[in-house]
Amino acid sequence: MTAVAPPILETTGLKAGYFEVNILHDVSIAVPRGAIVSVIGPNGAGKSTLLKTIYGFLKPRDGRVVYRPDGAEHDITGLRPNRVTALGLSYIPQLDNVFPNMSIQENLEMGAFLLRTGVDERLERMFELFPLLRERRRAKAGGLSGGQRQMLAMARALMSGPDLLLLDEPSAGLAPNVVDEVFDKIREINAAGISMIIVEQNARRSLAMSDYGYVLDMGRNRFEGPGERLLHDEKVVDLYLGGRGRLAAAAPSGEDYEAAERPPPPAQRRFRL
Amino acid sequence: MSELAQLLANGLVTGSIIAIAAIGLTLVYGILGIVNFAHGEYLAFGAFIAFAVNVTLGWPIAGSIVFAMVATAMLGLGLEYGLWRPLRRRGAKVVALLLVSIGLALVLRHVIFLVWGATPRRFDVDVFQVYDLGGVIRLSLTQITAVSIAFAAILLVGLTLARTKLGKSMRAYSDNSALASVSGIDVDRITAYTWVLGAGLAGLGGVLLGLVQGSFNPNMGFTLLLPIFAAVILGGVGSAYGSLVGGVGLGLAMELSTWNALAGGVDPVYKPVVAFAILILALLVRPQGLFGKARYV
Repeated sequence: MTAVAPPILETTGLKAGYFEVNILHDVSIAVPRGAIVSVIGPNGAGKSTLLKTIYGFLKPRDGRVVYRPDGAEHDITGLRPNRVTALGLSYIPQLDNVFPNMSIQENLEMGAFLLRTGVDERLERMFELFPLLRERRRAKAGGLSGGQRQMLAMARALMSGPDLLLLDEPSAGLAPNVVDEVFDKIREINAAGISMIIVEQNARRSLAMSDYGYVLDMGRNRFEGPGERLLHDEKVVDLYLGGRGRLAAAAPSGEDYEAAERPPPPAQRRFRL
Repeated sequence: MSELAQLLANGLVTGSIIAIAAIGLTLVYGILGIVNFAHGEYLAFGAFIAFAVNVTLGWPIAGSIVFAMVATAMLGLGLEYGLWRPLRRRGAKVVALLLVSIGLALVLRHVIFLVWGATPRRFDVDVFQVYDLGGVIRLSLTQITAVSIAFAAILLVGLTLARTKLGKSMRAYSDNSALASVSGIDVDRITAYTWVLGAGLAGLGGVLLGLVQGSFNPNMGFTLLLPIFAAVILGGVGSAYGSLVGGVGLGLAMELSTWNALAGGVDPVYKPVVAFAILILALLVRPQGLFGKARYV
């Protein structure tokens, strides 16, 4: 990443929490335009809280969130979620990420709630990107499997045509082969020019496909750097990636690294969002 | 045969009124998390406002119905801004809100008693005009009017929820509020529309109830509150379509239970008992209600 263009999103000194408890104490991250940025860290580090604070579900007690779409700059600190979406961000919450009693098509239409025109074209593009959703467009979202739900959640989030997408644990609760599929889609979406912040438990895989990564611990920045470098940083590996010993035991075939070397999706699968 | 047809007709009259009252109750719960025990009083409020303009001021009944709907919608909005919103802002949750709604019900009912007294009231309409439909069903003009208006309202509400952007966003908000705001839905606007729709329909239901009963007193809404709750639960709590189906179904079941051919039928006094027996049986088979979502544990 050449650091010439200013980051599309930047948080400085964010402090936020619930009631008397602060979860975030001082978090600063920057998302380069077009990049995938991973936020990793142990449970309770404040990863999900960071996304909620950026998106206005939680008002920060201190610090700023600045969003810079093309040629503009918006201070979105504490802005309510519906206004944040209107500026071109989108967010996929963890698990509760669909409208269960609405049909798949209605879910997607809700994603385009703020659009006045072009909803049908977007719907068509999402059906191309996720063919399964077309087949089951009339089915209720509540009946989908975990992987299908995650696909629907991604499609819904893309319906508004965002420039920056926040993903909270996209692989949570999914079978390993489904996780592959989800991560492929994430790369494909990013290839279409959408910047992303991903919060993940599956830290190795997430870092492997990220341009940049942040390690949070106890609500503060601990480490940061390009994804590949964090993946090989001794301290990060020992403290946050389960150590090399456990890596060898858990993945003797070096499976986790394969993901990093997987070629980008073939050109004909690329799409315009 | 003619008895059955008559009971079906009566059931549709009762059921349609329960249904339009139930839709407001279920939307308010689904969207705002308020189990509104004062909902019955919104019905009574609508009926007495219509009484005031119809009888005291001498307006025609059609205009009185519209006026009562608007007034009840305003009552709903006013209480949202003056009571419910401040409570939610202070962190009141389901149980606290429920208790407040019971208190509100008492206050509203007794304000109505204070203003209009306990004497049974009737609208200025001709209740003696009865139509013989095909020689099998006898319905009074007010019953026919009430059931037509109620079904028109049900159809309109159903279409609004299914087709319009407002209806879809209400369903979305009731389904997953966080995701709805991520989609760009403005919480405050949805809240306001929910009260306008829910309370407005309650006001309409109250007037229609007064019309079909002939006479009514300030307890009218409270008396119907339990069947309305039963309809909501039968349909699946929070499901707008469910409450419509649950209301009409319950009304039909209550009336049909008195059918002579069913081992003599039950005494009409026990109609509410039948309603709850059906509710309990239905919940044993399908605990989430007819249209409710099964909870994933």
